[in-house]
Amino acid sequence: MTAVQDAPVPSRAMGLSTWLYRRPRARLAALLAAPVLWLALAYFGALFLLLMTSFYTVDDFTSLPVRAFSLDNYQTIFSNPAYVKVILRTVAIAASVTVVAALLGTPMAFFIAKVVPQRWRGLMVALVVTPLWASYLVKVYAWKTMLQPDTGVVAWLLNPFGLSGPGYGVVAVTITLTYLWLPFMILPVYAGLERLPDSMLDASADLGARTGRTLRSVVLPLVYPSIVAGSVFTFSLSLGDYITVQIVGSKTQMLGSVVYGSYTTDLPFAAAMATVPIVIMVVYLAIVRRTGALDSL
Amino acid sequence: MTLSRPAKWAFGLMAVVCLAFIYVPLTVVVINSFNASRVFSWPPQGFTTEWWHAALNNPGARSAALTSVLVAVAATLFALVMGSLVAFALGRYSFFGRQTVSLLIILPLALPGIVTALALRTAFKPWLGTSWEWLGVAVGPTVIAAHATFCIVVIYNNVIARLRRMGTSPEEASMDLGAGVFTTFRLVTFPLIRPALVAGAVLAFGLSFDEIVVTLFTAPADVTTLPIWIFQSLFRPNQGPIVNVVAALLVLISVIPVYLSQKLSGDPGHAGGRI
Repeated sequence: MTAVQDAPVPSRAMGLSTWLYRRPRARLAALLAAPVLWLALAYFGALFLLLMTSFYTVDDFTSLPVRAFSLDNYQTIFSNPAYVKVILRTVAIAASVTVVAALLGTPMAFFIAKVVPQRWRGLMVALVVTPLWASYLVKVYAWKTMLQPDTGVVAWLLNPFGLSGPGYGVVAVTITLTYLWLPFMILPVYAGLERLPDSMLDASADLGARTGRTLRSVVLPLVYPSIVAGSVFTFSLSLGDYITVQIVGSKTQMLGSVVYGSYTTDLPFAAAMATVPIVIMVVYLAIVRRTGALDSL
Repeated sequence: MTLSRPAKWAFGLMAVVCLAFIYVPLTVVVINSFNASRVFSWPPQGFTTEWWHAALNNPGARSAALTSVLVAVAATLFALVMGSLVAFALGRYSFFGRQTVSLLIILPLALPGIVTALALRTAFKPWLGTSWEWLGVAVGPTVIAAHATFCIVVIYNNVIARLRRMGTSPEEASMDLGAGVFTTFRLVTFPLIRPALVAGAVLAFGLSFDEIVVTLFTAPADVTTLPIWIFQSLFRPNQGPIVNVVAALLVLISVIPVYLSQKLSGDPGHAGGRI
């Protein structure tokens, strides 16, 4: 006890430094206090408040939430076929986006990681990453102009063949969301393929496997967790979108657009609707956990 | 790897298709900003730089851009402090609840955007009417706080990756040579993590500058960031040509952060830092 008091204390900073050096727990507490308090209050508190609000009802006259516990909002959602349809449609769109992104992204990632010569690899990755930095809205806007019925770029390309573009709607939303989240699929898969040693592929070839067999039996199983990791992003980001569907979705409704359309008039209902994607994500993550993909995130 | 020639061609072809898918829409946006026609139609009707002059002098777009920069700077600074603190705590100590804290950090980005947006709006409701005037534009504390909350994770990811790679020996050596906790941080730890801080800050700035999903829910009525301005203008047909120019400009400047982060990290494989 006396050791601390006897030690020479040349300055206050020095004293504090020594004090902290001797107490790792105090250092830890000092590091953690502000960020944890912030996240717990501002974010976790907010989520909790949202969950609570979803059990409230709304006063018809004032549009203000009434704090009395009820399951009315959830009952409204699951007893109304229109809302159930919106939920199913949203999940279907998110799933299609994930599948298309995996089908487009995996060969691209393989091409960068294993086919392109080493010195071109950095450039290729940069080419894939750059659109991540282009504004989200600009990319949605780009597809609005691409898919515009009759006068859009896609229509211009297809018209000579007697075809018309998809126009605005579910297909347009799926294309646009795939476009937005594609880099989130390519990057984890590329990282996974980069970790896969070339010697393994050579060994497969030495044992007599042709390219197709090597891809199917060696590359795909090893890169599968990375694809699943990428799918967490593409799925979650598509599930919670409400902007794209407003711009290129015509009258299509998704979970997000229902929340966006109702939060000013009926906050408890919007909160209940917003709880649905949380539950879907928790289920999705629980399934994903089994593949071990979360460790490589 | 030894691939058969047809397989190489097949992968090459798929990569070309993928790159075309990525770049054709962005190219169309840039070309379209010079389109003489007031209403969008493809192919373009003629070449003009008139819209570029109009857009660069558009007061709404200019003040929205300034608002976005201010919000992004404030959110990035806040996230830099919080993200580094928590990265040090989780990267250097093991304690009860460590897993919970790391989950808490990633949650704002992992949950669907609409959830984060509505949750933060519900929590920030009492302050939604508050806005400050900085450099002549309105900036809201609620939107800064919201952006900072999901920017913490990108700073955290960059810093903790750096901490893991550098190990504890440089700091231990410094302490053994008699430097205290603060001197070690100032002369050893900070210079070593600086590249990670810069890479994380670039990413956080980009994330905040571009954010719309959470911004629409958390911005006070008089605060208009650039994405909000674009979003509102999309529903006003006469703003079309100006939106085209702003969109083209944003496509062109998106090269800057990629260039910056490649230059900073010196590792092209990690362009854009860690998300």
